[in-house]
Amino acid sequence: MGKWTRRAFITAGVAAGGVVVFGVAIRRGDRSDKVRGLVAADGESLFDVWLKIAPDNTITAIIPHADMGQGVHTALAMMLADELDADWSTVRFEEAPAHKEFANYSLAREFSAPAADFPAWLIDSVDGLFFRATQMMGLQITGGSLSVRTTGQIAMRVTGAATRAVLLEAAANEWQVPVSELGAGDSMIRHAGSGREASFAHFAPAAAALSLPDKPSLKSPGEFRIMGTSPPRFDVPAKVDGSANFGIDASLPGMKYATVKAAPVFGGRVLAVDESSVQDIPGIRKVVDLGDAVAVIADGYWQAKKGLDKLAVEFGDGGNAGAAQDSIFSQFADELDSAAAEGTAKSDFVAGDADAALDAAVQVLEAEYRVPFLAHATMEPMNCTAWVHDDRCELWLGTQNPLGFAQQVAKAIGIDESQVILHNQYLGGGFGRRTIDDFAIQAARIAADSPYPVKLVWSREEDMRHDHYRQASISRFRGGLDASGQPVAWHNHYVNKHDPEEAPHIPYAIADQAIVYSESETHVPWGFWRSVDHSLHAFFTESFIDELAIAAGRDTYEYRRELLAGEPRFAAVLDLAAEKSSWGESLPANMGRGIAIHRSFGTIVAQVVDVEIVNGKPRARRVVCAVDPGYAVHPDNLIAQMESGIAYGLTAALYGEISISGGAVLQSNFHDYRMLRMNEAPAIETYIIDGGGLLGGAGEPGTPPVAPAFTNAIFDATGIRIRELPVSKHELRLKDVEDVA
Amino acid sequence: MITLSINGEPRALDVDPSTPLLWVIRDYAGLTGTKFACGIAQCGACTVHVDGKPVRSCITPASAAVGRQITTIEGVNDGKPGLHPVQQAWIDEQVPQCGYCQSGQIMAAAALLDRIPSPTDADIDKAMSGVVCRCGTYPRIRKGIKRAAAVIAQAAPLGTDNG
Repeated sequence: MGKWTRRAFITAGVAAGGVVVFGVAIRRGDRSDKVRGLVAADGESLFDVWLKIAPDNTITAIIPHADMGQGVHTALAMMLADELDADWSTVRFEEAPAHKEFANYSLAREFSAPAADFPAWLIDSVDGLFFRATQMMGLQITGGSLSVRTTGQIAMRVTGAATRAVLLEAAANEWQVPVSELGAGDSMIRHAGSGREASFAHFAPAAAALSLPDKPSLKSPGEFRIMGTSPPRFDVPAKVDGSANFGIDASLPGMKYATVKAAPVFGGRVLAVDESSVQDIPGIRKVVDLGDAVAVIADGYWQAKKGLDKLAVEFGDGGNAGAAQDSIFSQFADELDSAAAEGTAKSDFVAGDADAALDAAVQVLEAEYRVPFLAHATMEPMNCTAWVHDDRCELWLGTQNPLGFAQQVAKAIGIDESQVILHNQYLGGGFGRRTIDDFAIQAARIAADSPYPVKLVWSREEDMRHDHYRQASISRFRGGLDASGQPVAWHNHYVNKHDPEEAPHIPYAIADQAIVYSESETHVPWGFWRSVDHSLHAFFTESFIDELAIAAGRDTYEYRRELLAGEPRFAAVLDLAAEKSSWGESLPANMGRGIAIHRSFGTIVAQVVDVEIVNGKPRARRVVCAVDPGYAVHPDNLIAQMESGIAYGLTAALYGEISISGGAVLQSNFHDYRMLRMNEAPAIETYIIDGGGLLGGAGEPGTPPVAPAFTNAIFDATGIRIRELPVSKHELRLKDVEDVA
Repeated sequence: MITLSINGEPRALDVDPSTPLLWVIRDYAGLTGTKFACGIAQCGACTVHVDGKPVRSCITPASAAVGRQITTIEGVNDGKPGLHPVQQAWIDEQVPQCGYCQSGQIMAAAALLDRIPSPTDADIDKAMSGVVCRCGTYPRIRKGIKRAAAVIAQAAPLGTDNG
């Protein structure tokens, strides 16, 4: 199989779903009958598939996304409740079942109808949103920092507003007054003229029988009462008393426990298993040969683990035992060399004539950057509980992609997709890893041959060594400066393009640009990793622009700022980060300050990192983060996501390295794949700009800029330019010490 | 068969005493608030209290906890109704994100405050650096500990506080 990109992933989802609606305008229609039995109890009124009103006037938002700490349940419910004019204190949520009526496809269908009358502040983004929504049809996915932007805007707000309209209509019918004389607020409807008032619940049954309007009017930001505030998240209380159920906490009567070991070398197979090697261990039930992995089932996880450790098994290497980290980088470099020599690099973005501009430049800088493979290392290792009974397969797990998992599990064990019932639990970290269904398929295959439910739990070592990794890459630059130090040419040639498409593009006004790439496949499985391609390209591009500024003898903030004069939103974000960080004020000799800016998933983020060099080791002491997501639906949660994205990106920049040796992953656990810890965590200040226009994402955009801001700060302190991550590979010395020496 | 005292209750459990306490708590006592993440005492997600001290249950054999008081996240408030001040502070500061490590964080923080009622930043670094949070909630954990410390100090009867 060729390279797996998010585009291919989406196409696969569409094909698997057998859905073709792209470009076809379908009226909104009422789909509530199809799902009422799944989500609504007796007496509850269901509106479309997203909103329920109970007799006690409780409002429930039905959310088709998984919670992995990003606060999506709360933020989406706020969007619905605000348009509904609900009393927030009585708003609840339920996570939607894995069902195609809750898939992104349904959003696309709604969106393709002339249903929603989008307010002017949103209209510019409609084409882009439509494109995104239809891209994702057939998937009920949580990723791409898209939940608020698609489900929130298209399903939650529109349904909230449409439901408000039918509630008012039902009230007007009952009270025999014009709708225009009625008002809604705090889940009540009032008629000022007569002083009458009644709850939403009172009108809900009659309203549910009415047709939802095609064009409910949506509020403008000035009218928001709930959006733009920061109510406590729904999921937090259960996460402080141990009651939150993660996938790994599933428990079923008679359940057994399994753990698994896949062939260490990717592509390898099981050659031989000697079951007698574990027959003496009490509690062992069974050894299962899955072809590319072996599993041991036992009465408890610990027994299964002890059994697996003792199991005599021989694995093949699939012909990949020769692959090593150096050989992979050599392969990349050779590909870049030959593509450059033969002119076969693929075009990514081209403006003007970069080669001619380089020829004419007064000064030309060249630099090559490298980044390693990275594992996701979610705190909760991969796990899935599967129970195959009565021709059905029930799964308990945390997934970012329930419909996709159900489809692939059905295929793997030969049952109909409709017979897979997926119970999505809290995700103990996602970061993209829980879009990949390998562990669920293993669990289902193990359970398919077992008369009991099986909880499959991967060890940390298995999780580290059988991830789907952020790619390693090399990126080469040539930059040309004119006599005044202004950049006149930007040439960038890198290895392996995935998604998003615009990740390597720069916001700077440089007339002649050539951004090109070459493909060089490896046997290492690839996966979406928080911010995907942005995680590497922000490091590459924001390091190289820093190098150009230094070569030009300019302040790195002011140099960027001039090149962003035509991009006012970027400029505003950059200025805010610089101002709040006291950019330009001097620092102690053992400290340095660096800046970077990058847009991803529609959100612009600039960060300034202050680094201190302590005994040759860099400590990020302070990160000032400025962010423009268009509009912050839940500002405190946006801040939390920036803090999280920064920690994730800083961990990778400082320590993150998955290296290949003998075709397998060398690292195994947190001692050799290190995490940022409390004593290394910087103070973080986040400042928000509601810049208007298209809503941006929150979960990923905090990650990309921190690596270059950090390494630019290291350069400021030491004069050492980090061109290969992680930073921990490099020996650092303070600039002043070096100067004295 | 082994008898353990978990959250003040004696529990007779049919399990090999060499099994790590983590799996006894989760798979045999059915208390799933305590989490597995690394299995080699590198991340602290499995932190519980044994006689009031934080221990890594993933590398502690159950036999080592016999005759001692084991406290998990489910019993961190000493069996009293309501939340421990650390838990309440975690809600007030909106600390958790994915939440998976937070039982370990809360157990470590509660043990810290038991030992040092008004911890400095250095005390917090020392006590909390063993517990990894992949979502990077560290700044809020720090704030949460300080908030809980203030609440505990305020609630302490006169003469018993150290201020």
